[in-house]
Amino acid sequence: MRHLSLVLLILLLAACGGPTQTASAPKAAATTAPTAPTTAPVAPTAVPPSPVPPTATKAPATATTAPTAAPTTAPAAAKPANPDLILATTTSTQDSGLLDVLIPRFQTQTGYVVKTVAVGSGQAMTMGERGEADVLLVHSPDAEVKFMEGGHGTKRLLVMHNDFIIIGPPADPAKIKDIKSSVDALKKIADAKALFLSRGDNSGTDALEKKLWGQAGSVPKGQTWYQETGQGMGATLNVANEKEAYTITDRATYLARKKDLKLDILVEGDKPLLNIYHVIPVNPTKSPRINAAGGQAFADFMVASDTQKFIAAFGVDKYGTALFFPDAGKSEAEVGQ
Amino acid sequence: MDLIIEGVRQAVGLMVSGDAELWSVIWLSLRVSGLATLLSLCLGIPAGAALALNSFWGRRVVIGLVNTGMGLPPVVVGLFVTILLWRNGPLGLFRLLYTPTAMIIAQCVIATPVVTGLTVAAMQSLNPRLRLQLLALGATRPQLVWLLIREARLPILAGVMAGFGAVISEIGASMMVGGNILGQTRVLTTATVMETSKGNFALAIALSLVLLLLMLLVNGLLTWVQQRQRPL
Repeated sequence: MRHLSLVLLILLLAACGGPTQTASAPKAAATTAPTAPTTAPVAPTAVPPSPVPPTATKAPATATTAPTAAPTTAPAAAKPANPDLILATTTSTQDSGLLDVLIPRFQTQTGYVVKTVAVGSGQAMTMGERGEADVLLVHSPDAEVKFMEGGHGTKRLLVMHNDFIIIGPPADPAKIKDIKSSVDALKKIADAKALFLSRGDNSGTDALEKKLWGQAGSVPKGQTWYQETGQGMGATLNVANEKEAYTITDRATYLARKKDLKLDILVEGDKPLLNIYHVIPVNPTKSPRINAAGGQAFADFMVASDTQKFIAAFGVDKYGTALFFPDAGKSEAEVGQ
Repeated sequence: MDLIIEGVRQAVGLMVSGDAELWSVIWLSLRVSGLATLLSLCLGIPAGAALALNSFWGRRVVIGLVNTGMGLPPVVVGLFVTILLWRNGPLGLFRLLYTPTAMIIAQCVIATPVVTGLTVAAMQSLNPRLRLQLLALGATRPQLVWLLIREARLPILAGVMAGFGAVISEIGASMMVGGNILGQTRVLTTATVMETSKGNFALAIALSLVLLLLMLLVNGLLTWVQQRQRPL
């Protein structure tokens, strides 16, 4: 009886150990996968958004899509010696959907298999310092400068920008709408003791917010009207929406989420609200396990003119406006002018 | 309310259309949690039997620890497994972080105490005279253990279900050691959190429904095995 249940369980596992899309999965599946010819190793793990229309085949859909995707990609790129690449990046690039389209493009072009870890910029840089990531895509300029001074990155390339905005309930209890200076707006929120939500997660957005509060006087940590969610941008927007609170967000995440938010843009266009993204390959001298070539390839990809054009067009069809503005080759001072 | 209806509609639509991304996520959830549960059985049932059938110094302490482990918080497991598996960490050379294997390891750590603890309880609830009788009938030690485990199979199967339920619904560890990477380590729970934070609530609901359905299928199967022979 009991071994019967075990047999059933094993059967169940064998059933799902079939063709996998992942490069790393075979390790785990090796014990169970019975036949499953592995698909071309370069087959993008992510199913690209457009090329294959969803088919109604009965067989595991992975098996039907992977081969169709492979021929277009396999010959395109010679397989790199070490295809495993860890990208540590911010939640905003994931929550806005940009990475979902950029990463498959990069994988198709180069044959790398990217492990995207979407965390705050702070954690991303800590991972870089520890040699746990190969390349960073981050937006926390002051911390990035420190990171570079510490010798943790090989170079720091400007990729794109958008801007931060202060959003809040349409009723606007602190009356900050159309105030030009973001610092003044925060002062008014503090005076009115209107509920303000902070990310509180040491992310790029959080760093900017803390900096602005510093300029406005002091960070209102511990005040009842100042609350920290400790979560990513998307989750924080959900909370702000429910609590009718003010918060600072990057414009891309806001636009991507606008349809289910009852929060309006109240302050925008102030110079300190610029949100600048850099790509930083991690310094390979830190650990022999860092994939230096891969990190470099990703950085090159992000500033390549094709990718830059793609970034400029991203979101236009869906939101009527671009979410990010490409800046490769510019200096930081030129951005947003 | 409209969101829930929309979620149900999307769930049905996604499954009927054979959405490749969804199926890969479902397979991975099932494979990772299934293998983790299987491993936890291989470790937990012998360990539980050993704890139930032997007396040794410190046994109660060990059982107490196992019982505490049944409530092991997944994030704590996730954090420690992450640190161990960092490529510059102690087990870094295996390059396991952000792979399904890492998720299996973490989930196995979560499920093993559950299986062990419930095995101990199951075997201790057997009538002690059964053991004497089996010995009197001349059972060897392996025969004895095997027969006792067989006798306790119903509650042990309940332990299997509890273990599987704990890991398939777990998120903290999967998120940390897996990284929620599309096509590689994204499972139903982590995908649900991500879609919620993206504001795709209907899709998040659809994913939750699929998860519930999956649990229903697996537990239904196990329950069928458990309840087959008899109403008492």
